[in-house]
Amino acid sequence: MAGIPHDHYEPKAAWEKGLAKRLPIVGLMYDTLMIPTPKNLNWMWIWGIVLTFCLALQIITGIVLAMHYTPHVNEAFASIEHIMRNVNGGAMLRYLHMNGASLFFVAVYAHIFRGLYYGSYKAPREITWIIGMLIYLLMMGTAFMGYVLPWGQMSFWGATVITGLFGAIPFIGEALQSWLLGGPAVDNSTLNRFFSLHYLLPFVIAGLVIVHIWAFHTTGNNNPTGVEVRRTSKEEAEKDTLPFWPYFVIKDLFALAIILVVFFAIVGFMPNYLGHPDNYIEANPLATPAHIVPEWYFLPFYAILRAFTPDVWIVQFATFISGGIIQADFFGVLAMFGAIAVMALAPWLDTSSVRSGRYRPMFKWWFALLVVDFFVLMWVGARPAEEPYNTIALLASTYWFVYFLVILPLLGVIEKPNAQPATIEEDFAASMGKGDGGSAAPSAQPAE
Amino acid sequence: MLKKLAASMVAAFALATGAFAAGEAKNVPNVDFSFDGPFGSFDQNQLQRGLQIYTEICAACHGLQYVPIRTLSDESGPGLPEDQVRAYAEFYEVYDAAEDDFRPAIPNDHFPGSQLENAPDLSLMAKARAGFHGPYGLGINQLRNGIGGAEYIAAILTGYTGEEKEEAGAVLYENKYFPGGWIAMAPPLYGDDTEFADGAATDLQSLSEDVSAFLMWTAEPKMMARKQAGFVGVIFLTILSVLLYLTNKRLWAPVKARYKKK
Repeated sequence: MAGIPHDHYEPKAAWEKGLAKRLPIVGLMYDTLMIPTPKNLNWMWIWGIVLTFCLALQIITGIVLAMHYTPHVNEAFASIEHIMRNVNGGAMLRYLHMNGASLFFVAVYAHIFRGLYYGSYKAPREITWIIGMLIYLLMMGTAFMGYVLPWGQMSFWGATVITGLFGAIPFIGEALQSWLLGGPAVDNSTLNRFFSLHYLLPFVIAGLVIVHIWAFHTTGNNNPTGVEVRRTSKEEAEKDTLPFWPYFVIKDLFALAIILVVFFAIVGFMPNYLGHPDNYIEANPLATPAHIVPEWYFLPFYAILRAFTPDVWIVQFATFISGGIIQADFFGVLAMFGAIAVMALAPWLDTSSVRSGRYRPMFKWWFALLVVDFFVLMWVGARPAEEPYNTIALLASTYWFVYFLVILPLLGVIEKPNAQPATIEEDFAASMGKGDGGSAAPSAQPAE
Repeated sequence: MLKKLAASMVAAFALATGAFAAGEAKNVPNVDFSFDGPFGSFDQNQLQRGLQIYTEICAACHGLQYVPIRTLSDESGPGLPEDQVRAYAEFYEVYDAAEDDFRPAIPNDHFPGSQLENAPDLSLMAKARAGFHGPYGLGINQLRNGIGGAEYIAAILTGYTGEEKEEAGAVLYENKYFPGGWIAMAPPLYGDDTEFADGAATDLQSLSEDVSAFLMWTAEPKMMARKQAGFVGVIFLTILSVLLYLTNKRLWAPVKARYKKK
């Protein structure tokens, strides 16, 4: 692949040459696996492999579950119980799939915040970042539709609330909502199309993952210093990098194994901890649950959706200026999607010439606050819509936007960055000097 | 001045915590069930006693529509001998679409559903209710004690205060642990409602715990297999982690050595 100079695959035997001439697949695989990777990657660079594992786990368990599942309003709930009781290993498969979604989101959030801290979104990696955001959006769509399939109370009412968001769009909202649902309300046609799309989207995600990897293999990995690999000659590049296989494959697999210990403990000993008891009650359109709460991984954005109530001045202002077209519920929808949009625009909102947050003394603190803000939003998203939670949600949502729209552009101008190492090799040598093992230190806690 | 400030701070704190408490659902008393924790397993005798209570009392109104009767002979469940299960099944009448008539149930049939319109099915009740909440939505109590479905059932069965009221023609019974405080179900157990062949205690608390344990089994019949799989997974992945740690260390040692000497 383009970018960092390195050895390429040389077909030797006659059949190898013959194959390479007709289909250079071995060369492609060799180049992908042997890609020069910065030596100094820390433990926050392991989430890619965790995410790849999650996608594979979800597709494999999902395909088997689909063999036993019936997407019909009268039978969906019972068919899940059939899987849990009568299918060999069915209970385990379903709990793996259920909690696999949670692991997937833990990993994707760690991966995204890694990118935000080390400036992985900055040029020349904007396309990698945008593709990543698309993958994340598709993941949310897939997870949401998957949660509807068991046809429990939370499935049904979650689907009703979330598809209701589209109904809040002015003029076309109602038509759009019934087009999505296949009728005036969440019903059998909704369940069927959600099942169909829940099966389809993971393969779209898999396709985008290949593009995501292709993009960053072209630019080369970012690394904790944000300093680029020297690439004038192969010898120089080799001082900064090591081949992905075996150095990073083994390191990442070690991290994955530790994460899976925790994952298996949750699946084996407390598989319903992250779920909601109401989803073990079959969907009933006539009985609304007391609290309709989405899965934990949606909570930060659900909090932003609910934060903009009609009494907030900016909502009133938007309503006034738009002549009543933008009401509070539509404003909330815009804010929720906007929260992800501003994140996707980070490459262009961040004006700093320094890539890694490690050398940005002011940025560090604002970023730490963003991480705290994310957890506050997650917590407040599960609380009832009353004081003091409304105020907390509004403040936390505001900070989310302020970080991306004000702080990121401003910091680039006012911040005086610290000195960066000249090369990756220098950083790697420095971390060895500390004698704590540096990049390959055996800690389950990711460094930084 | 300082005193005033301190007093108002205390008041503000009390108000704030009051507001927090208002949003919390009630926690129920914890019960030490044999199946609690990663190594806990069902107590077969308790499940059999629970089945007896269910059959004699609960089944008059409630059902277990997702539970196949044959699973009563599961080793990790009540573990009844198969001839007993066959005899037990005959107690129930099920509708057979092929014969367009009712016939005595066989082990392959499911338990009948609920007999009363407003009596919920109990198959999944122990997973569909939470006994432990919070604090403040942080999930710490659930992490420590579990979700608490079985505890919730036991708490409801023992939580009647004896007060009754009539509302819209229906009698409601006051219950300390039911959300809203008034439940439509009359107290089903009083203590000494049945006798056990194994001579186990028949006070209200014991009966409630026995039937709650049984309903935990109906909700999660594969709990033992699940914990075992989790245990095997944890053990093997821990070994794998150690091996990969050593491999990784060895692999990186020469790379690091080059820089350590400098």
